[in-house]
Amino acid sequence: MTHIRAPREGDVRIPSGCAIAGIMDRSGERHSGGDILKSIALMHDRSNGLGGGFAAYGIYPDYAELRAFHIMYESPEARRETEAYLDVHFISEKQERIPTDSSSRIRNAPDIWRYFVAPHPVRLSMSGMDEPEYTMQHVFHINGCIDGAFVASSGKNMGVFKGVGYPEDIGEFYRIEDYKAWAWTAHGRFPTNTPGWWGGAHPFTLLDWSVVHNGEISSYDANRRYVEQYGYDCELQTDTEVITYLFDLLARRHGFSPEMAAHIMTAPAWDEIDRMEPSRRAFETALRITYPSALVNGPFSVIIGSNEGLLALNDRLKLRALMTAEKGSMVYLASEQAAIEAVCPDAENVRSLDGGVPFLVLLDSVAERKRQENPENSPEQPRPRALEVGLQPSVRKEA
Amino acid sequence: MLDYLIPRYKVLRDADLCTRCGVCERTCSNDVHRVDEQAGRVTADHMKCVNCQRCVTMCPTHALAIGKWPQVGNGSSNWTLECLQDIAKQAQTGGVLLASMGNPQPHPIYWDHLLLNASQVTNPSIDPLREPMETRVFLGARPEALKVNERDHTVMTKLPPQIKLDVPVMFSAMSFGSISLNAQTALAMAAQELGTFFNTGEGGFHHSLKPYADNAIVQVASGRFGVSPEYLNTAAAIEIKIGQGAKPGIGGHLPGEKIDAEVSRTRMIPQGTDAISPAPHHDIYSIEDLRQLIFSLKEATRYTKPVAVKIAAVHNVAAIASGSARAGADIIVVDGFRGGTGAAPKRIRDNVGIPIELALASVDERLREEGIRSTVSLVAAGSIRSSADIVRAIALGADAVYVASAALIALGCHQCQDCSSGKCNWGIATQRPELVKRLNPEVGAQRVVNLIRAWNHEIQEMMGGMGINAIESLRGNRLMLRGIGLTDRELTILGVKHAGE
Repeated sequence: MTHIRAPREGDVRIPSGCAIAGIMDRSGERHSGGDILKSIALMHDRSNGLGGGFAAYGIYPDYAELRAFHIMYESPEARRETEAYLDVHFISEKQERIPTDSSSRIRNAPDIWRYFVAPHPVRLSMSGMDEPEYTMQHVFHINGCIDGAFVASSGKNMGVFKGVGYPEDIGEFYRIEDYKAWAWTAHGRFPTNTPGWWGGAHPFTLLDWSVVHNGEISSYDANRRYVEQYGYDCELQTDTEVITYLFDLLARRHGFSPEMAAHIMTAPAWDEIDRMEPSRRAFETALRITYPSALVNGPFSVIIGSNEGLLALNDRLKLRALMTAEKGSMVYLASEQAAIEAVCPDAENVRSLDGGVPFLVLLDSVAERKRQENPENSPEQPRPRALEVGLQPSVRKEA
Repeated sequence: MLDYLIPRYKVLRDADLCTRCGVCERTCSNDVHRVDEQAGRVTADHMKCVNCQRCVTMCPTHALAIGKWPQVGNGSSNWTLECLQDIAKQAQTGGVLLASMGNPQPHPIYWDHLLLNASQVTNPSIDPLREPMETRVFLGARPEALKVNERDHTVMTKLPPQIKLDVPVMFSAMSFGSISLNAQTALAMAAQELGTFFNTGEGGFHHSLKPYADNAIVQVASGRFGVSPEYLNTAAAIEIKIGQGAKPGIGGHLPGEKIDAEVSRTRMIPQGTDAISPAPHHDIYSIEDLRQLIFSLKEATRYTKPVAVKIAAVHNVAAIASGSARAGADIIVVDGFRGGTGAAPKRIRDNVGIPIELALASVDERLREEGIRSTVSLVAAGSIRSSADIVRAIALGADAVYVASAALIALGCHQCQDCSSGKCNWGIATQRPELVKRLNPEVGAQRVVNLIRAWNHEIQEMMGGMGINAIESLRGNRLMLRGIGLTDRELTILGVKHAGE
């Protein structure tokens, strides 16, 4: 039987508006998904039922050293093919169907599995890549080449639960109240077109990074064509995807701290730089000269999760709402203040984030370690490109 | 031998309006007009008219207009009147036909087939009157990654030399000799006022332009006129001219009668001798030779100035640009076939080279495929006619553009394409003192400044409409463009979607 398939992410470019939220306990103590569910549910009207999801950090302490792959399948064939692929390239410690609530409002859900895996040691060493790069390349392969399979997340001790529906229904479907995490982020989506598939819901992930994003960036194609030079394939054509790749390029491959990566993506304006004292001016100027195409323009607010904490960022002009508040070791982030107050009525230091100023929340243990670290970044060696080392000519010789 | 030529233009004079004041006669260096006191009327030698429109502009009673010569062709699209006249000229003289400015053929102007985007609802447009709207551009080579100390806010990587442009527009190479010193001075003054750069061309650096040296790019071309260590170190950047859009593959020839004392001193050649620029540089017969010249110039300036390589847009432009980048060029300039010139063989001008739009798109794409686009700057030239063309060029992938024809039009040029005669009535493409003095550098500079400021306002408005507040976010942002009336092949080369997609 054939049916008409609506265009998916990657077929067309779909701008979307959204709600985002994040809750984190700096002490590292873990909490259930109940609060984040309540917080994002309050912003119901900011999404339109076409996508919702959650990222959770610290949920798999028993498998903390392994990659946790959350994979969605459209068909048994897709699962067979993916598992055969995983068997070749990874060693699986455990695999199981992710428990879901069949009584929820979510219909037509794919088959969703999780795998706790480590790279095949021989293949890893023969690949010449480091572990993150090795894992990333195989995730790209599954998402790009195996029809009907999509890796929702591939980080360590973290996972993403997402799908098509309102975020509160997605949360119930995945029973996120059964998980305990020290950091949660959530996303409710308002696409201006119908993506209608589960892989396209957010959070978007890359290894340990997860990104929830609200906005529509006007620099999209400039950013996309910049990162594509370095082997990132922007298949989904979404803002979130390109923001994630930019962040990965700067933070992982160029070795900048998350704040510095975010700073580069929302560089200060020239008239601000011109007013700085000379050495700082030289520093900011050098960054803008070297990374002009990493500047993200247009309205956006993002929360980037990692195994170190959360990073929130607003566009330079502050064209999208993003609020923060604290209570003890808890930090709250949300598109609307009410979504914070819904779960923490006596929150303190409630404020709106400034445009272009990265807001970083680290685990106390990580913050302590960071203070000792070398403040110099060490960019990795540029690696040879496919067209330089391939055996076959990529294009025929021209006249 | 009877000359078979007929006039190209007809001087139309309204006898009711003409007061026989004689302004037209005095203003025309081609001796078209003559006040005939005896007959009580003003006559015209139509044959000499080049349609520079000086008299039309100057006539106090607006009694003048220039029309096409009414002679019709024989109806053939093959043997057109122009074709017949060209053959007649060559039969008469046995010479190469000379022309000026850029390719005038009715080939597609791709700028006019590219539409710009604007924000609606999901993404707010930005008001340049309220928010910063950045058009500053740096040109030069860049490292792929920067090494910094995040705590001290210091940079560990040594950044290659850069030039800073407050507007994404520079004035392209026009030598003293091909244009007058007053014209060059006007551009130099305008560049300084605007925070951008003018280019000396291959005519040397006239001593009177010293105050504008920080806004000068000096050219090293195949003739090497005026090149000395001092010349190289005077300017902000150096440009190696390999080719020019109007005449790819050939050199230049400034006739001896234009080499007066000042031109002679500036070019460092004897007065009255022809200044010949050979077709190739006689020390560049390969890409590795280009590398040697680039590094000779960098050595001579102790690596303090970016070195640009200017190439004409020809069939294999993408590979040539990529090779130039790998040879050490900090800036690559691509000049399309509509770029102007003071003199070019007509057959070359009209038949050689490709449009800048296609060349720029393919160069930018090739550099990205090779992963080196972010380490080199790219400048597009060759008929940028308006701020919208600049926005399109940057969206296709340029860091900045060069303009020359537009700047000359601001100075009074009417594109009559007769630069090579040296009788420019507007004081631009001439060395005759009585004509040169018609162009006041201060007034000219003000007109050019006005033009570029107006364009920059328009660029800011268009960027704001797209929801972009820094020009780097427009660079290579081809989603901001849509094609109209283009074939799939053209869209593929331009890397843009069709309108409606």
